[in-house]
Amino acid sequence: MLCQECGKRPATLHFTKIINGDKNEFHICESCARERGEGLPGAPNGFSIHSLLSGLMDFEPSGKASSPSQIAAQALRCEQCGLTYSQFTKLGRFGCSSCYKHFEDRLDPLFKRVHGSTSHVGKIPQRSGGLIKTRREIDRLRQEMKSSIQKEEFEAAAGLRDEIRQLEKQLHGASEE
Amino acid sequence: MTANRFAQKALSEWMKEDGPDSDIVFSSRVRIARNLRGFPFPILATGEHSTEVMNKLSTVAMEGKLDSIGNFETLILSDLSELERRVLVEKHLISPSLANESRVGAVVLSDNEAISIMINEEDHLRIQCLYPGFQVKEAWQLASRIDDIYEEATEYAFDEKRGFLTSCPTNVGTGIRASVMMHLPALVMTQQINRILSAITQVGLAVRGLYGEGSEALGNLFQISNQITLGQSEEEIIDNLHGVVRQIIEHEKAARQRLMQESQLRLEDRVKRSYGILSHAAIMESKESAQRLSDVRLGIDLGMIREVSPQVMNELMVMTQPGFLQQAFEEKMNTEQRDMRRAELIRIQLASRSQDGGAYE
Repeated sequence: MLCQECGKRPATLHFTKIINGDKNEFHICESCARERGEGLPGAPNGFSIHSLLSGLMDFEPSGKASSPSQIAAQALRCEQCGLTYSQFTKLGRFGCSSCYKHFEDRLDPLFKRVHGSTSHVGKIPQRSGGLIKTRREIDRLRQEMKSSIQKEEFEAAAGLRDEIRQLEKQLHGASEE
Repeated sequence: MTANRFAQKALSEWMKEDGPDSDIVFSSRVRIARNLRGFPFPILATGEHSTEVMNKLSTVAMEGKLDSIGNFETLILSDLSELERRVLVEKHLISPSLANESRVGAVVLSDNEAISIMINEEDHLRIQCLYPGFQVKEAWQLASRIDDIYEEATEYAFDEKRGFLTSCPTNVGTGIRASVMMHLPALVMTQQINRILSAITQVGLAVRGLYGEGSEALGNLFQISNQITLGQSEEEIIDNLHGVVRQIIEHEKAARQRLMQESQLRLEDRVKRSYGILSHAAIMESKESAQRLSDVRLGIDLGMIREVSPQVMNELMVMTQPGFLQQAFEEKMNTEQRDMRRAELIRIQLASRSQDGGAYE
């Protein structure tokens, strides 16, 4: 089979593209594939989740390309591992856990796009997560107290208030130690 | 050579057990990604860092802390031949990235191969648990127990707002990827599959073909997994996947029933033709073998073929992969030789199974 693009070389790449449910088959040769920017599966320069991500990371909420804030972002650098923000957008991967702190201001739009959310609500480490657990519990109890007050169940609300105070005391004691 | 034990057999012990809904869901998997505090992620780690991470993490198994879970063996990737690594990838015991890219990598495998703990893959630690059939919840519970053991012995990179910190932003938060491998021949035959798959992607799940490249699914096998790891709890993620997979099972069952009612003879013809070709062909290309094995497996599930056990399909699916074929015949092969050997292997397997005299009823 000849390449459907140039009609000269034999087609060595056969793939199916599905865009919004429309299925298209392509049979092209390697050099035409490169020209069209189709990644070769398995090849090192192939299309990957990481290159897809880097497209998302250039996302600028204000909408203007090369705005001052975007230029500032490119100069951002993780003090721990030395990875720059612009390297991060190309790699699609963080270099170390401190990158999360140093790129903090830039990450919300990215996480929103990938996960539809920006903060963790799942499992918490047993050992190092004790305080976090207490804080989450307090938040939960506060919500509950609010809804009790709205329903005019004041007795229940008072009970919850005492529970919150108790936990806050614990939290305070732990952070002073 | 200790790796030989894991590289020799096509079928892991855990795959021989029967799981719920195993006529449609072949296996369930949960993977958890974790990193150690204070070390750069593997992508930027120096050899020294990686060695230290490896030592810290591999002692957990060596000191017997995993004994309550089962028996484990640690394989250092650099001790394995290229072929052995390839076979482990084909059995899904290690990831391609651990096999090809990791410099100081290791894998801790349980005896029955249901648990695989990868060290210095894209993240420092990746815990993977596999179950036969539709058992995502069970897989998550086991993975979480192992996670607790590692957390007890090491210090994880965790942030109150972002959760467990991972190298790739697509894993941050829970670091969990839950997936099921489904055999959906009837939905493919009745051309409902694209509609269903595109619906799946709209509820935060991803689909990909197994063994195939890109979106093409070889042998009608599809892997369905969660995309979102941040902003949902592990239980929500698992429940979401569970609910959707349950629905797909029902759709596949209905499609099989409809095929049986409306075109049983044609279906039986297709199944038995494939069975005949697999039993006698001299050259078998991998794409064709995947499709024919899928036909035969469907025939077994529908009671059209009784003398072959359903495991044969699972087993042959792995055995007909290039790396495993070379391992089995102990030689390097080009594509043509492989197609010949593949045909030979399938013939032998099917012949020995049917001689058992209908052991499977």
